[in-house]
Amino acid sequence: MNSERRGPGFYVLTAFFVLFVLFLYGPMTTIFILSFQGPNGGLTFPMNGVSLRWFENLLFEQQAVGDFGGAFSRSLMLGIMTMLTTVVVSLLAGLAFRRRFLGSGPLFYLTIASLIVPSILISLGIGLAFNVFGLDPAWYSSAFGAHLTWTLPFGLLIMFAVFNRFNPAYEEAARDLGATPWQTFVHVVLPIILPSLIGVGLFGFTLSYDEFARTLMTSGSFNTLPLEIYGMTTNVTTPVLYALGTVTTVFSMAIIVVALLSIAVLRKRRARRIAG
Amino acid sequence: MTRSHLAPRLAPYLQATPLTLILAAFLVLPIATIVMVSFWDYDSIQIFPAFVFTNYEETISSPVTWSTYINTLKYTAIVWAVTLFVGFWVAYYLAFHIRSATAQMVLFLVCTIPFLTSNIIRMISWIPFLGRNGLLNQTMMNLGIIDKPLEFLLFSDFAVVLAMVHLYTLFMVTPIFNTLMRIDRALIEAARDAGASGWQILTNVIIPLAKPGIAIGSIFVVTLVMGDFITVRFMSGGQSASVGLMMANQIALLQYPAAAANAVILLILVLLMVGAILRIVNIRKEL
Repeated sequence: MNSERRGPGFYVLTAFFVLFVLFLYGPMTTIFILSFQGPNGGLTFPMNGVSLRWFENLLFEQQAVGDFGGAFSRSLMLGIMTMLTTVVVSLLAGLAFRRRFLGSGPLFYLTIASLIVPSILISLGIGLAFNVFGLDPAWYSSAFGAHLTWTLPFGLLIMFAVFNRFNPAYEEAARDLGATPWQTFVHVVLPIILPSLIGVGLFGFTLSYDEFARTLMTSGSFNTLPLEIYGMTTNVTTPVLYALGTVTTVFSMAIIVVALLSIAVLRKRRARRIAG
Repeated sequence: MTRSHLAPRLAPYLQATPLTLILAAFLVLPIATIVMVSFWDYDSIQIFPAFVFTNYEETISSPVTWSTYINTLKYTAIVWAVTLFVGFWVAYYLAFHIRSATAQMVLFLVCTIPFLTSNIIRMISWIPFLGRNGLLNQTMMNLGIIDKPLEFLLFSDFAVVLAMVHLYTLFMVTPIFNTLMRIDRALIEAARDAGASGWQILTNVIIPLAKPGIAIGSIFVVTLVMGDFITVRFMSGGQSASVGLMMANQIALLQYPAAAANAVILLILVLLMVGAILRIVNIRKEL
């Protein structure tokens, strides 16, 4: 570690970083506070009392627009489907790319293209393709596919990073000890990369759970949560909107915390096993 | 014997098959459909197969299209410049000024977490802050800096750019942080021993080595801003246009062939910009 004195640059950059973090969290804190607005309070400060009125309104009362519960459960299901598929498909593709194979170049560029083609184009394209083939778009078919075009490239890039840092000596050792390729994979490779796979899953889930543009034309007749939120922003003029923002944000955070905790537990367990 | 010789060579193909199939079905086929439909004809009720160039002619000859594209490019240029500046210094601070790996990871996560909540929620959260009766206007009026609310803060180009910077800076921070972390610290020691000033180290050593990260971040930001419609609609209050928004409006009016022609032009433009960035750096080499 470098041990020279901290220059003025350090303090300037620290201030810059603190401002950046305030910029990231400031607005979110505002709506978090405003979601506890009193029953007669409006969309802006000042607070007109403090209450849970808007949370009750959101969770237990019928909304003017759509249904929050249905949209939430669809988004949840879609997120889980996307998460599992992303983990399995990117793991397989990541393994494939460890070796040279015919067409690996084009497949790589195709995956990158999937990342840089604007979302609305994917949405329009899948919507049109379903239309042309006479299929009805639905959240579990067309929207599912649309979400995969967004999560798989991220998953694959993470797998690249993982396998680039993976030491093949572990596999050689297993092979020398007589393990079959399958045993090597299950008992050696998989435990080592498991935390990264949870990371891929977490990424897949949250990207899908929050995806709006790619869902717009592909969700069919039932809304997912981001579409529902979008509908509410154009129609709803009460702090129930902020309550919705707070609830979904807290849910996202909970997912992240659970994922990070499981990664930490896995790491610790592995460290203990190696030590013991 | 044959099986054990064949299996390892077949394995990568089998492993790559699911990815290939998904991308073929949900990326290649839809884009081919867009190209096809962009030559179709339509009336107020339906679209029907044809081979006409009117969609392109109408798109290209309309002055509205041109001003929309120029507006989109303006957003792209401004947001790119701001996210690059902010993103580089944040990444630089995390990579070179934070000394313990744990602190680095924690601070990096602090930056990442807001990115994992809904974009739309993050956009609405600006409204109570920037609005006419918002926090910022109230505070400035109470402090006597201004005597009536500033109108340009919300529903303006300023708000669009601010929200985009808020949404997309992380896409710049992450790849730059990644490349900065991989710079061999011995190179910086060597430059210092050879008598280079901090500024010289930055411009002659660090920035050239950070180029791949800057390129990847730029590709992210450029493509996100070029295709964005939701931020533009929300934060401009419908007063500004972007290519994405123009397409979204055409879609809402069921003018699919017109939207498709627009999509093809947008795609070509985005690919040209990405191609230009890739000419400067070879990204595949850096992964």
